[in-house]
Amino acid sequence: METTAKKFNVSLLLAELLMILLALVFLVPFYFLLANSVKSYSEILSDSAALPSVLQWNNYAEAWKATDFPHAFLNSLVVTVTSNVLLAFLCSMCAYKMVRNNSRYNRMLYVALVAAMVIPFQAIMIPLVQIVSRLGVMDSTAGLILAYLGFGAPMTVFLFHGFVKSVPVDIEEASRVDGSSPYGTFFRIVLPLMQPIIVTVIILNTLWIWNDYLMPSLILQDPVLRTIPIATYSFFGQYTKQWDLALPGLVLGITPVVIFFLLMQKYIIEGIAQGSVKG
Amino acid sequence: MDLKKRSRLMQQFIFVGPTSLFFFVIVLIPFFLGLYYSFTSWNGISRHVEWTGLRNYIHIFTKDPSFLNSFWFTARFTFFGLVLTNLLGFMLAYVLTRKLFTRNLLRTVFFVPHVIGGLLLGFIWQFIFVRGFASVGQATGWSFFNLPWLGTGATSFWAIVIVFVWQNAGYLMVIYISAINNVPQGLIEASKVDGAGRMQALRHVTLPLVMPAVTVCLFLSISWSFKLFDLNLSLTKGGPFKATESVALNIYNEAYTISRFGMGSAKAMIFFVIVAIISLLQVRATKKREVEL
Repeated sequence: METTAKKFNVSLLLAELLMILLALVFLVPFYFLLANSVKSYSEILSDSAALPSVLQWNNYAEAWKATDFPHAFLNSLVVTVTSNVLLAFLCSMCAYKMVRNNSRYNRMLYVALVAAMVIPFQAIMIPLVQIVSRLGVMDSTAGLILAYLGFGAPMTVFLFHGFVKSVPVDIEEASRVDGSSPYGTFFRIVLPLMQPIIVTVIILNTLWIWNDYLMPSLILQDPVLRTIPIATYSFFGQYTKQWDLALPGLVLGITPVVIFFLLMQKYIIEGIAQGSVKG
Repeated sequence: MDLKKRSRLMQQFIFVGPTSLFFFVIVLIPFFLGLYYSFTSWNGISRHVEWTGLRNYIHIFTKDPSFLNSFWFTARFTFFGLVLTNLLGFMLAYVLTRKLFTRNLLRTVFFVPHVIGGLLLGFIWQFIFVRGFASVGQATGWSFFNLPWLGTGATSFWAIVIVFVWQNAGYLMVIYISAINNVPQGLIEASKVDGAGRMQALRHVTLPLVMPAVTVCLFLSISWSFKLFDLNLSLTKGGPFKATESVALNIYNEAYTISRFGMGSAKAMIFFVIVAIISLLQVRATKKREVEL
């Protein structure tokens, strides 16, 4: 008995050490990024693996200005938050009605939405730009948000649809007997019950929209409207190989989403595990 | 009675209307317009759209080696991306469901690359392949680090695979962890009482029970690697000499670099059909497995 217990601990300790080693390997890219972001250009070229001799914080000040970071950050925030709120709000309403009112239109819409999940973005991007400009919202934040609402709808409705099916109708009927309107029933009874799936949907859509490059690059042209991925892309084109500026720019670009992840970690991990079961 | 019907219509309109509208305008109409453009020689600018029938499709399959090359690249990439991400993801999950002291911290470390978008990851790794690896190679003398990582087609292929696995293994790990945690401990203990070793318990108890998660993870990794774009654009731009151009990037270049929207639309439709077939096969495989369970 004693020997097996001891053996077990040794194997556990070995596993722990191996994993820590692997984790360090996983973190090496961040070491390169951070260490070189505070080096002078010549020092980066002479040895990019060494620790910096003098910390050049000035690199960050210049990258901050060159990427117009506050603007890009604010744009990304506005687009991500607005798209998320609208997607969660409108798609939860839509999915709810589709489950509860099994009309022919709703059945057809559901089939179309599920089928559309297969459409790769490249298959719609060319005419999409044309339609967005016809609608007069080209090169605007509103146009970008509109595009996310449409392209995000299939997956979002699908996730909500699966959840609503598991919500019992009894409570809704009780609230209707108590004199609540259909709208009141949805907002006061059903929506609060949907909280777990709302969290999942918001997490999945945030990871997608915040990091998306192609959609904003097609719809936005005005530099003032740039989101972080576009600002980073054009910044890189301009300062190719000028690593002492490019690296701090990258650090600025990844910082917000990494902080968001560290703060919301628990929900993000749970949300992904849940989303995978539904999806 | 009439009032009730009107209220019901109003509800349908308010609840389902907005999402339907956005979906039609942003996805369905562009999709069918794209299908139409794929039969034309439209260049994206001129008002006149000339109908050319199947000419684009014939051209793609007979006279456009770049598209077929990008398909070959994407297929190979999907194979290695899929196998390696799932193996690493499952292995991480298997070890990190044991009682390690640092397991929560470790889970965070393995997941964090996924939250950074592919575009920025590509730029970060561009620096590491160009400068970082060279420095490590000089210090250690290991030939692995001295390879021209982004300089040849073969090494660039593996460069993208490395970054892809680094980016996505942690995400699959999360899904595998939740699946492994749902395996009843009693079953594993029972198999050990019956004399099964750790590997046997893994093969005959854990693995069959986490099959639904395997299906989900395979689906995700196929779809990610098949639609590879951001990472490809920022890490290699499809180079050197188009050796690492994914299908998604090839379509993008056709439309926006050479301004052949009709041809780009035809490529996009072929891409759509292939993605659809793969997804259907995947769903069928899933259904089959569900019956078996």
